[in-house]
Amino acid sequence: MIRVELPAHLRTLAKSGKMVELEVEGTATQRAVLDALEATYPMLRGTIRDHVTQKRRPFVRFYACQEDLSHESPDAPLPDAVASGVEPFLIVGAIAGG
Amino acid sequence: MSGVRVLVGTRKGAFILTSDASRKEWDVSGPHFAGWEIYHLKGSPADPNRIYASQSSGWFGQTMQRSDDGGKTWEPVGNQFAYDGTPGTHMWYDGTQHPWEFKRIWHLEPSLTDPDTVYAGAEDAALFRSTDGGQTWNELAGLREAKGHLWQPGAGGMCLHTIILDPVDPKRIFVAISAAGAFRSDDGGDTWLPINRGLRVDYELPDKASDVGHCVHNIAMHPSRPNTLFMQKHWDVMRTDNSGDSWEEVSGNLPSDFGFPIAVHAHEPETIYVVPIKSDSEHFPPDGKLRVYRSRSGGHEWEALTNGLPQSDCYVNILRDAMAVDKLDQCGIYFGTTGGQVYASSDAGDSWRAIVRDLPAVASIEVQTL
Repeated sequence: MIRVELPAHLRTLAKSGKMVELEVEGTATQRAVLDALEATYPMLRGTIRDHVTQKRRPFVRFYACQEDLSHESPDAPLPDAVASGVEPFLIVGAIAGG
Repeated sequence: MSGVRVLVGTRKGAFILTSDASRKEWDVSGPHFAGWEIYHLKGSPADPNRIYASQSSGWFGQTMQRSDDGGKTWEPVGNQFAYDGTPGTHMWYDGTQHPWEFKRIWHLEPSLTDPDTVYAGAEDAALFRSTDGGQTWNELAGLREAKGHLWQPGAGGMCLHTIILDPVDPKRIFVAISAAGAFRSDDGGDTWLPINRGLRVDYELPDKASDVGHCVHNIAMHPSRPNTLFMQKHWDVMRTDNSGDSWEEVSGNLPSDFGFPIAVHAHEPETIYVVPIKSDSEHFPPDGKLRVYRSRSGGHEWEALTNGLPQSDCYVNILRDAMAVDKLDQCGIYFGTTGGQVYASSDAGDSWRAIVRDLPAVASIEVQTL
């Protein structure tokens, strides 16, 4: 079971809590986690990554285990602590605006 | 008719204001979608409990919401707006060609007859339609065949902000785009014509006879006269009586003919309303006085409506989709400001009061007469 923490606006949209738990088949990667997240919460499609290109939206960042994973390959394995559910995968709205 | 529901889109959420037909006491519901930009929400004429809302965010992009109970509860619907085929390019600020890129939905226009059919006006400018209650969207790509490669963004973006469905001819649709102009389809949206003849372009375009490139801010129609349209252009208030084949200026004695919204009285098709703004470089009312101007002659002759509106130190703006009318016997007029006030008149503009005054900046106002 992988734990994913959503930013406030996406919790409102998904009508979820701060943390959601997902079953991910196979190797836990960003792509696999986001696929599972969007399968459970289809209203999140297009809000974290582009509908077509599947690229991360510019002001969305991914963190886990104190690391910024935003620029990692979407197919790179996530840290073991995320895959095992010890640490959450954090989806964060960038501090941008002013 | 027993009451009024005012749908308010703001920079930080949606609000729903309701009153009985007296329009004296107002209940404020919201914020719905708190923190999200709500460019527009509008109810279906065929089913007033069906309301569509355009919800967007600079972080999380475009989403779309639908209510089937008059705005009490909402469900997200489809948010994939894909340009048809290869999107192509339009004119960029420097005169080069630039790819079409979807940014947001500015305006929603539900079908007059089918609650599941709704049109959406996009930035970058395009017209989308859903026939399944907003779950899926398809572009009416013929619009961009109307010289789309020459369309160029205005300062607010290249947005399709006005959609008018002809109540008599179901095949006829009007749209307006900043800064491309007005367009008409006579075949249900398959093909389109620019309808900009007569619009003055002294300072806007190098080619004064250009079909496209006109900075139209808003268009309004009275349903009993679908061939007559009133337009607030960047500068100039205009009208057409031949469905846009030609336009004439009706700015008359307005203190400024710059502005954003325009509205038509619900029962008097020659009574129209604008809110003059000082200029395109100073987006606030002239002299710090918030004045709605009313013409009872379809333009040319205008009177200032000031009773109840601030007449000193007022420097708000009223955006293009932020004025609407109700259909009660004594027509009500409503507009929202960038200062968060929603002003209402229940006597066709003779007197006004703020029915709510401290909302986030108001982007849009729609009114349902229940």
